[in-house]
Amino acid sequence: MAIITVDHLRKTYGTRVAVEDVSFSVEEGEVFGIVGRNGAGKTTTVECVAGLRTPTAGTVTVDADLKEQVGVQLQECSLPDKIRVGEALALYASFYSRPADWRALAEEAGLDLRAPFGKLSGGQRQRLSVALALVGSPRVAILDELTTGLDPRARRETWDLVARVRERGVTVLLVTHFMEEVERLCDRVAVISRGRVRAVDTPAGLVARAGGEQRLVFETDEPVDGLRALPEVASVTRNGAEVTVTGTGDLLSAVAAVLPPSRTRGLRMERTTLDDAFLTLTEPTTEPTTEPTSEPVTGPLTGSQEKS
Amino acid sequence: MTRALTRLTTVEARLFLREPMAVFFAIVLPVGLLLGLGTTIPGFRDADPSLGGQRFVDAPFTAMMVLLSIVTLGLSVLPGTLVIYRERGVLRRLSTTPVRPGALLAAQLLINVVVSVVATTLTLALGHLILGVPLPGSPWAFVAIFVLGTLTMLTIGLLLAAVTPNSRVAQGVGSALMFPLLFLAGMWLPRPLMPEILRRISDFTPTGAFGQGLMDALGGHVPQPLHLAVLAGWALAAGLAAARLFRWE
Repeated sequence: MAIITVDHLRKTYGTRVAVEDVSFSVEEGEVFGIVGRNGAGKTTTVECVAGLRTPTAGTVTVDADLKEQVGVQLQECSLPDKIRVGEALALYASFYSRPADWRALAEEAGLDLRAPFGKLSGGQRQRLSVALALVGSPRVAILDELTTGLDPRARRETWDLVARVRERGVTVLLVTHFMEEVERLCDRVAVISRGRVRAVDTPAGLVARAGGEQRLVFETDEPVDGLRALPEVASVTRNGAEVTVTGTGDLLSAVAAVLPPSRTRGLRMERTTLDDAFLTLTEPTTEPTTEPTSEPVTGPLTGSQEKS
Repeated sequence: MTRALTRLTTVEARLFLREPMAVFFAIVLPVGLLLGLGTTIPGFRDADPSLGGQRFVDAPFTAMMVLLSIVTLGLSVLPGTLVIYRERGVLRRLSTTPVRPGALLAAQLLINVVVSVVATTLTLALGHLILGVPLPGSPWAFVAIFVLGTLTMLTIGLLLAAVTPNSRVAQGVGSALMFPLLFLAGMWLPRPLMPEILRRISDFTPTGAFGQGLMDALGGHVPQPLHLAVLAGWALAAGLAAARLFRWE
């Protein structure tokens, strides 16, 4: 049973189209990621889900009380500098009919109750923001660009906090452009590009769609044309001494049988990562400045735009 | 929900008290000026025939210090806070909770009213004890003009918060308005000494009407209907415009 259903959502501001056509649904208890480049329409989409914006067309259904049961962490929302962590949490807790234990939340987020907001580091602010989103014991938490601008350590601490949120059974809608964040936290992801959903899948599924291809890179002075005949090999590209071979299956053994490793230098193997998948899904392969609507989706993903 | 509103007001009040500048300009400065200048400048405590035989510290100076506190709250403190809250998304964040952002506006208005009551009470009480300024001759008239004038100035503050895009502009516009409005109220040139034309203009400004109303009530007179009408008109106009133009984000 989906707790959030977004159906053909469209949002325009004047003549500017922020969200062209977005559909996805989020199951109760899952961590659902929305990824895309800056300006892809991610924030507008979740702000429509949070009830902060009214869709121009399409529908958004949330099977929970928006004010009472949906906790929100927004981009560019802060608190007065002089408010203390404990005051902010107690204040927000008082807004809800069944609040969580805010002292426990602060402890879990590693926050000092007496610290004023203005003196918090970026990571502490984000963790406070997450704690505030959870203080009403929500069924759904919407977290927008939670770790943007944080250093790697602060980012990890924030991820740990979100991982614990999932353990409570809270459904999380997570907006991000960090693939590492998606890999660590998300059960499923919607990839949004130019206001449209390009794919909805598990992180592993996205990698597989992007080819799941292996890539062998090495330098050699030998001729390499013979490699093209191998069934495992999809392509061979030569750039001076550097050769790139792509393919599937046991690519390494197949290549090694033809070209002994003793005659190659600097051999390394690369696999498709979620980053590659993301780029394949969002990168316009033609003119980068074409109209949003005329962008073809190419490669192994053509026609795989998915609605669930 | 009452619990939420109580806590919201308490937290906002604490935040107000943590802003030394707001406390200084709204409370310390007017009271300090009254006592400081009132005790040191000799002419201020002599009966002045041009002021109808009263001392300058009595109705005119005391009224101006009450006015200064409330004008500071209305033109600087209240809009400054609200615009910063909008800029930082505090109001927007609140709109995702069961509490409406309007509750924060109400809490802010309440705090500003309470601060103006405190500043006015201190001004009257310390002026009375230290400078022998008579307490308001018509207390109910004083309360009435105080309530109406405070409401008007805070409503103008709401309008200022509604039309200024960011806190820098809000502070700039607030100060730019404050000086002419204080001048027209008689801060530097008491209204009885103003040329006729200037006094007529002053009659129709919110601060001129408020200042004269305070002076009348302090001197034991009932404020003039014209000044009550002018204040009510400004409050209504600013209130309607603010309600129409105010944006939460």
